[in-house]
Amino acid sequence: MADDMKSVPEEDRTFTLNFGPQHPAAHGVLRMVMDLDGELVDRIDCHIGLLHRGTEKLLEYKTYLQGLPYFDRLHYSAPMNQEHAWCLAIEKLVGVEVPRRGSFIRVLYSELGRILEHLLNIGTFILDVGALTPITWAFEEREKLMGFYERASGSRLHAAYFRPGGVHQDLPQDLIDDIMTWCEEFPGILNTLENLITENRIFKQRNVDIGVVDEKTIMQYGFTGPMVRGSGLAWDLRRSQPYEIYSEIPSSVFPVIIGKNGDNYDRYVVRMEEMLVSCDIMKWCIENMPKGPVLAEGTKVSPPRRAEMKNSMEALIHHFKLYTEGFHVPEGEVYAAVEAPAGEFGVYLVSDGSNRPHRVKLRAPSFAHLQAMDHMCRGHQLADTSAILGSLDIVFGEVDR
Amino acid sequence: MTEQSETLIELGEIVAGKMPDAVRKFDVKVGELTIFAERDQIVALIDFLKRDQMCMFEMMIDICGVDYPERSQRFEVVYHFLSMRLNQRVRVKISTDEDTPVPSIVDLHRGADWFEREAFDMYGIVFSGHPDMRRILTDYGFEGHPLRKDFPLTGFTEVRYDDLEKRIVHEPVQLTQEYRNFDFLSPWEGMASHIPGDEKATTEEEGA
Repeated sequence: MADDMKSVPEEDRTFTLNFGPQHPAAHGVLRMVMDLDGELVDRIDCHIGLLHRGTEKLLEYKTYLQGLPYFDRLHYSAPMNQEHAWCLAIEKLVGVEVPRRGSFIRVLYSELGRILEHLLNIGTFILDVGALTPITWAFEEREKLMGFYERASGSRLHAAYFRPGGVHQDLPQDLIDDIMTWCEEFPGILNTLENLITENRIFKQRNVDIGVVDEKTIMQYGFTGPMVRGSGLAWDLRRSQPYEIYSEIPSSVFPVIIGKNGDNYDRYVVRMEEMLVSCDIMKWCIENMPKGPVLAEGTKVSPPRRAEMKNSMEALIHHFKLYTEGFHVPEGEVYAAVEAPAGEFGVYLVSDGSNRPHRVKLRAPSFAHLQAMDHMCRGHQLADTSAILGSLDIVFGEVDR
Repeated sequence: MTEQSETLIELGEIVAGKMPDAVRKFDVKVGELTIFAERDQIVALIDFLKRDQMCMFEMMIDICGVDYPERSQRFEVVYHFLSMRLNQRVRVKISTDEDTPVPSIVDLHRGADWFEREAFDMYGIVFSGHPDMRRILTDYGFEGHPLRKDFPLTGFTEVRYDDLEKRIVHEPVQLTQEYRNFDFLSPWEGMASHIPGDEKATTEEEGA
C-alpha cells in the first residue's frame, strides 16, 4: 500500500468518491461521482433520475383534472405552489377568470407553502452544516402549517386543493382565524431560530464566501428564485410578471428581499427574510379577503354545487361528465410560471383540443440549480459540497419528475 | 393585454427582419411570442437573441421535445428564453426527425446541457456538438425513449428482485388487466373529421 502511494506522482493523486444515493445530506436520492484532489473538488458528475416516475408521460394519459394531483408529488414540501402553475396554464388556454376570493385564498396558501418549503430547507441546511436542534423547531412549525393544509383540503401533503378556476372549497372562518393567530406567533419563533444561527460563528465559517454565485453564472445556468435574489438581483416573478393578486399587494407589505454577496450565507438570510415577508402577505390577504365564490361557477371547468345537483338535471349530467370525461381545453400551447419557493416553476402545456394534454413539460427550478453543482463546487473543499447542496434547495421530486 | 401583444409582434418583426434566414415565421398567441426557426440556423438565431439590445434573452429557461408521430419531421424542439432585463419571454421552435441531429446550444447557454440530455433521453433527439450526450433520467442500461407517443405507458419491461437468483431481474410487462384507454370523442362537440369505427363501414361496402 505504502509502495503504491509512492509510485503515483504527487500531482496525479486524485480520488474518485461516490456520494449517495443513500446519503443523509443528499436531500433525497442524488448520486454524485466526485473527483477529488486531496480534499479539493476537481469535478462532480451528478447522476439523477433515481426518483424518475414519468410524471410527464402519465399526464398525457390523464384528463386535466386527473393530472392535477401529480403536481403535489413534484415539489413535495410545498405541494400547492406546483398545482398553481398547472391551474394557471389551463386557465390561460381556456380563458377562465378566477373569482377574487379564490385568488386571495390561492395567494394565502402559496405563501403558506413558501414558508413550509423554506422551513424545510433551512432546517435541513443547518443540519447539514452541523446544528442538530433547529430542524426540530422548523418541523414543529411545519406540522402546524400542514394542519392548515389538512383543514382546507382534507390532506396534509397531497392537497389537490387548487383547481382550474379557483380552489376546491371555501375556507371556514375559524381556520382563517387560526392562520391569523399563527401568523402573529411565527415571527417570534423565527427569532429564536435566528438568535441561534444567524450570528453563529461556526455557521458563518461554514457558509460565508462559500458557493458564490455571480451574475454570469445565474444567466448561464438559468437560476431563479432565492438563488438570484441572494446575489443582489431583484427578480421575483410575483413582482415582475405578477399573477393572481400579487400586483395589488403594497410594497410596504411585500418588498423583494435581496442579498449582497451571493454566497450560501446570503441565500440563507434571504430565505429567512422571505418567510417574514410571506407571513406579512398572509396577514394582508386575510385582512383584505373579500366574500364571494371561490371557484369560477357556471363554467365547464368547475363542478356544480351539490345543492344544485339535487334539483337540476343538467347540473347532474355536467358533474358526471366533468369527473369522467373531463373538460376540453382549446387547441394551443402556453407557458405558465409561478414563483415557487425554490424558483421559477413553469408548465409548458400543448393541447390538441381534446380532454387530455398532448404534451406537458415541467420546468423545475431545482433541475437547473442542481446542474450547476459541478460549476459551483469546483475548487471547494469536500465538506463544502454538502453546504452548497443544502443552500441550493433541491427537492428530488421535481428534479427527477 | 393587447398592448403587450403589440410589443411582442414588434419584437417578432425585429427578429424576423434581422435574421431572415433563420426565422420561418412567428406568431403571438395567448400573449406569448413563438418563433418558428430553421434547424441549421438555430445557434445563430439564439446567439442573436442573446446579444441583441432589443432582445437580451440571456437566460435559457427550458428546452424540451414534443412528439407528433403523424408528421414527417416528427419531433419539435421547443426552447424557452427569458430576458430579465427587458422582462420578456420568447419561445423558439424547430422541427427534426429521429435521425437528424440538432445543433447544440451548450456553448451559448451552459445550462442547456442537462435539458438537451433530457430531450435525448426522452425522445431520442440527438444534439450535435453536445459534450456529454448521455441518458439522464432513465435507469442505467435503459432502452427506448419513453416520451415518444409510440412508447406504451406501461413500458416494456418490469423489474423485481428474484429471491432465488439473489439479484434484480427484468421481465416483460404482464398486465392482469389491459390498460383501459377510453375514447371520449363526441359528435356533439369539436368533432374530428374521422371518427373511430368509420373504417369498418368502408371495408364492409367494399366487401359487398
